[in-house]
Amino acid sequence: MDPMIRLILAQGMLGLNNGVFYAMLSLGLAVIFGLLNVVNFAHGALYMLGAFLALILYSYVGQWIGMADLHIGFWPALILAPILVACFGMLIERFLLRRLYKLDPIYSLLLTFGITLVLQGLFINFFNASGTPYPGMPESMKGVTNLGFMMFPKYRLFVIVFSIVVCFVTWFVIERTRIGARLRAGTENPELVKAFGINVPLMVMLTFGFGTGLAGLAGVLAAPIYSVSPLMGANLIIVIFAVVVIGGMGSIAGAVITGFSLGLIEGVTKVFYAPAANTVIFLLMVIVLLVRPSGLFGRQG
Amino acid sequence: MSNTTSTTSEIGEFEQEDVSPETHKRGRIVQAVFWVVLLGFLAVAPFFLYPVFVMQLLCFALFAAAFNLLIGFTGLLSFGHAAFFGGAAYVAGHVLKVWGFPPILGIIAGTLAAAAMGWVVGSLAIRRQGIYFAMITLALAQIVYFFALQMPFTGGEDGLQGIPRGNLLGIFNLSDPITMYYFVAAVFIVGFLAIYRIVHSPFGQVLQAIRENEPRALSLGYNVDRFKLLAFVLSAGLAGLAGSTKALVFQFASLTDAHWQMSGEVILMTLLGGMGTIFGPVVGAFIVVTLQHFLSGIGSWVQVVIGGTFIACVLLFRRGIVGEIARLLRISSL
Repeated sequence: MDPMIRLILAQGMLGLNNGVFYAMLSLGLAVIFGLLNVVNFAHGALYMLGAFLALILYSYVGQWIGMADLHIGFWPALILAPILVACFGMLIERFLLRRLYKLDPIYSLLLTFGITLVLQGLFINFFNASGTPYPGMPESMKGVTNLGFMMFPKYRLFVIVFSIVVCFVTWFVIERTRIGARLRAGTENPELVKAFGINVPLMVMLTFGFGTGLAGLAGVLAAPIYSVSPLMGANLIIVIFAVVVIGGMGSIAGAVITGFSLGLIEGVTKVFYAPAANTVIFLLMVIVLLVRPSGLFGRQG
Repeated sequence: MSNTTSTTSEIGEFEQEDVSPETHKRGRIVQAVFWVVLLGFLAVAPFFLYPVFVMQLLCFALFAAAFNLLIGFTGLLSFGHAAFFGGAAYVAGHVLKVWGFPPILGIIAGTLAAAAMGWVVGSLAIRRQGIYFAMITLALAQIVYFFALQMPFTGGEDGLQGIPRGNLLGIFNLSDPITMYYFVAAVFIVGFLAIYRIVHSPFGQVLQAIRENEPRALSLGYNVDRFKLLAFVLSAGLAGLAGSTKALVFQFASLTDAHWQMSGEVILMTLLGGMGTIFGPVVGAFIVVTLQHFLSGIGSWVQVVIGGTFIACVLLFRRGIVGEIARLLRISSL
């Protein structure tokens, strides 16, 4: 195979790997925005919280309960951590965000920004700002597989496949099931849905929990790949905002497709001009704003 | 709760203004008191406070007041103002240090550069409204941040150090702290008066009309986008004025000033002091900078305190300090 094509494919795969996180986080943002009209700035911080919970479950919980040998590993963490993050998210919704629904949405953006600073500050205090590697990578996921054009880490391949499944299931539930129909109806007209006897405030709380749970899940998936650091979410959330502006928050499928493709584009950019890889998504956002201001999948308005 | 964009903005929760002559008179008196306190403070501050600290207060106060021109008087939330503040500091620093220009020209260069950046960022961001506007400004500011991180002339992680203060008009030696202080105080007053003038001009009235009800302003025949863009350019330029001055004060331009966290801090200053009030951002900036100064010993707990203040302001205290004072005294603008 031509070495150039091989390089592009390899960087594309690594880019797709980042795209996983863009897709899962912008999916969560889109789900929350759809029903609550809230842009959750804390999404990055909750992703960080998910990664830290995985780390804590593996390295600290055992010590805290006096069983130093107990390490709660990756697979239990993949279930436990997102649930804990979702519960935390629901507390935020129930006690803080709910007070702001009648106001301009910028107040909820500012509130979640404040939550981001608090979480970030707390984790910098209790852990190191520079980051800790996650030691709990399962044995079965170590090593590489041959993809024909490159040797690709097994775990990263698992992350890509797993997240595509998660995104598809989310899309299916929202667009194709009865629960999803209620959710979408609640988006269009909450008063009417309330009149049908559906507990809209509860639905809103669960939706917020679900969206933040997705962020927590992405965090656990990220832990073995990147080092777990208090700042891991802060830099990501700004990229996610650009992804969301490009895709438009109106569509679930749009958020996912945009996330994966932008990861891919970012990866391939590394081949051609590495210094631009940081900014290529922002530059694409500029182009989209000039050509199609409402975003690729956004409703014209 | 619904997906449709609301037509009325609730930023600042403005109440029906009471415009009886008595209220008007009371408003003028209270405003005069604020002016006297501010000018009095400016005149004597360096004699009982550390001058560099007061200069820092003034730079941030001007920065917050410039930011307030957008959020408070036009209803646009920019989450990228650090790009103008920090970007201007780099430009001013480069012009002063490498080109050896006098301080006034350095500050003017920084201000103009920030206004030009504001024109680019503003014309992109006003293509979307509300919450998207905030996200776009944040993302565009991140480009400026990466630019500052990677370009050779900014000094990367180290920042641009050793910016000379030089001589003002060839007469006043700005290395002297007191001379420098009065120069900074003069820059602050010029910037602050400019903002006061803009807000109270017919142009400023249109901005406030856009804040209150954009579709109505549009239907009255105002070219809303042009007004928003001009407000953005003015706000960015004034933020640049503050940033260039800060670079001159500390003889240093750093990445911190261009980071998104700085954009967040200026929002907090404005929110805490009172969005849409004249004096609010100054009060807010004084409090936040003083807080950071005294809490610098507790490390990253400062971030927790700042975040907590943010949450408290949004939930309980949306009018801000000056806004609450205005409400208690039942006056319409302060």
